[in-house]
Amino acid sequence: MTAEQELKYTAEHEWVDADGDTATVGITAYAAARLGDIVYVELPGVGDEVTAGSVVGELESTKSVGELYAPVTGVVTEVNDQVASSPEVVNSDPFGAGWLLRVRVTETPELLDHAAYRQLTGEA
Amino acid sequence: MSDPERRRSPLHEVHTSEGATFTDFAGWTMPLKYRSELAEHAAVRMAAGLFDLTHMGEIVVLGPEAGDALDAALLGEISAMEAGRAKYTLMLNGEGGVVDDLVVYRTGPDRFLVVANAANRETVAAELRSRAVGFQADVQDESDDIGLLALQGPLSLDLLIEVGGFSADQDERTEQRFVELLTGLKNYRFLAAWYRGHPVLVARTGYTGEIGYELFVAPALLPQLWRAIREVGAGSGLVPVGLAARDTLRLEAGMPLYGNELTPLTRPQQAGLGRLVRPDKTADYVGRDAVEGFDPIGQRILVGLASDGRRAGRHGYPVRAGDDVVGEVTSGALSPSLGHPIAMAYVDQVAVSLDLTIDVRGTALPARVVPLPFYTRPDRKA
Repeated sequence: MTAEQELKYTAEHEWVDADGDTATVGITAYAAARLGDIVYVELPGVGDEVTAGSVVGELESTKSVGELYAPVTGVVTEVNDQVASSPEVVNSDPFGAGWLLRVRVTETPELLDHAAYRQLTGEA
Repeated sequence: MSDPERRRSPLHEVHTSEGATFTDFAGWTMPLKYRSELAEHAAVRMAAGLFDLTHMGEIVVLGPEAGDALDAALLGEISAMEAGRAKYTLMLNGEGGVVDDLVVYRTGPDRFLVVANAANRETVAAELRSRAVGFQADVQDESDDIGLLALQGPLSLDLLIEVGGFSADQDERTEQRFVELLTGLKNYRFLAAWYRGHPVLVARTGYTGEIGYELFVAPALLPQLWRAIREVGAGSGLVPVGLAARDTLRLEAGMPLYGNELTPLTRPQQAGLGRLVRPDKTADYVGRDAVEGFDPIGQRILVGLASDGRRAGRHGYPVRAGDDVVGEVTSGALSPSLGHPIAMAYVDQVAVSLDLTIDVRGTALPARVVPLPFYTRPDRKA
């Protein structure tokens, strides 16, 4: 697990942990807290092609629905099955056990660094 | 981040120290949740929860003809209520649509307390004033001078007794008498009591489907009373509860929310509130002809919908029978207590017995019509 300071971020509150051509993707603690207690997570299937900026999944709390945007373009190689059965792990450990999917990346758009993301959320 | 246009509760600092996340609600900044809305929901079902309801409107109607004025203004025979009783009722417009849903408390022979939704406070006060013209009755919006807490859940009676400091009258030696009266207090009854020398109305009313109490006190007394209740409840599972859990609690209890299930276009009969329309009522009232002449045949009616899985229909989602849109969801969530999705929806009466689906952002979620409420507290089940 990479330190939060080393991760890349999107303006839609996803985090990206790039390792070679594989990127692990999740949502930030800020996004999870804003959504509330997450009770349902829908993720793309393994093998799905995803395009940076497109909606690839949903996270629901009792109160609201949040869309999951693909932060990179590529093919989904793995999804976190644990969040389907225990969606609360996204709230309790959004940067760790609450990761959502892994993508074999073909193209990475410009992403935010930690400082820029904190600025965006007003935490800086 | 603070918006000067948004009003804050006298408990705002207390909520901040309790870890609250705030939301804008009807012109107020109020707690959405403290830590986890699911834990808050569960606490009210299993133990107890404490709510700040400062945003609610409190309008006092007083005078020798206050009851008659309210008969002319609202559904139901308000003038026939006994002191110490509360009544759930509706204010209608001339077309028989709902202006607001209200709880009326008869606090004396010539005095009533009308509790309105925060968003409707001004409307209700203005309507009550205009509808009271010609009666010896005065309408006073005392919302700024009356604070409101709710203590709800199976442990609420035990905790309220344990708080101490309440007395049946101004003489603090009547604490034991208060405890006896509170213990015998039935649903929709209230006590005009005292808390450490200050008047308090302790009402067995609420919006959660649990046994619970609502406490009307001077706003300045709220922090002291909040802390006292939190202290006695700390070891019993009592938690502060925000608006997020308040909404899922009332939804499970099948209670309508103004703006969702009730609007100026909704007739009481559509909302399952036809029992509040009493054709034998003697006094004339605003909306009478329209509401008594309303024919629900062919209209949409409010139903409960239950589904499997974990995805929920939400406010505004279409309800379909086959490809035809036959209704619309007004409130919906994954029920924290039941573990499956529930929704309230207005559905064409002729479609209620058909196979229905909710259009959840393009996916058809099968939904079956179930009786309301979705949740009944264990000791009320047949």
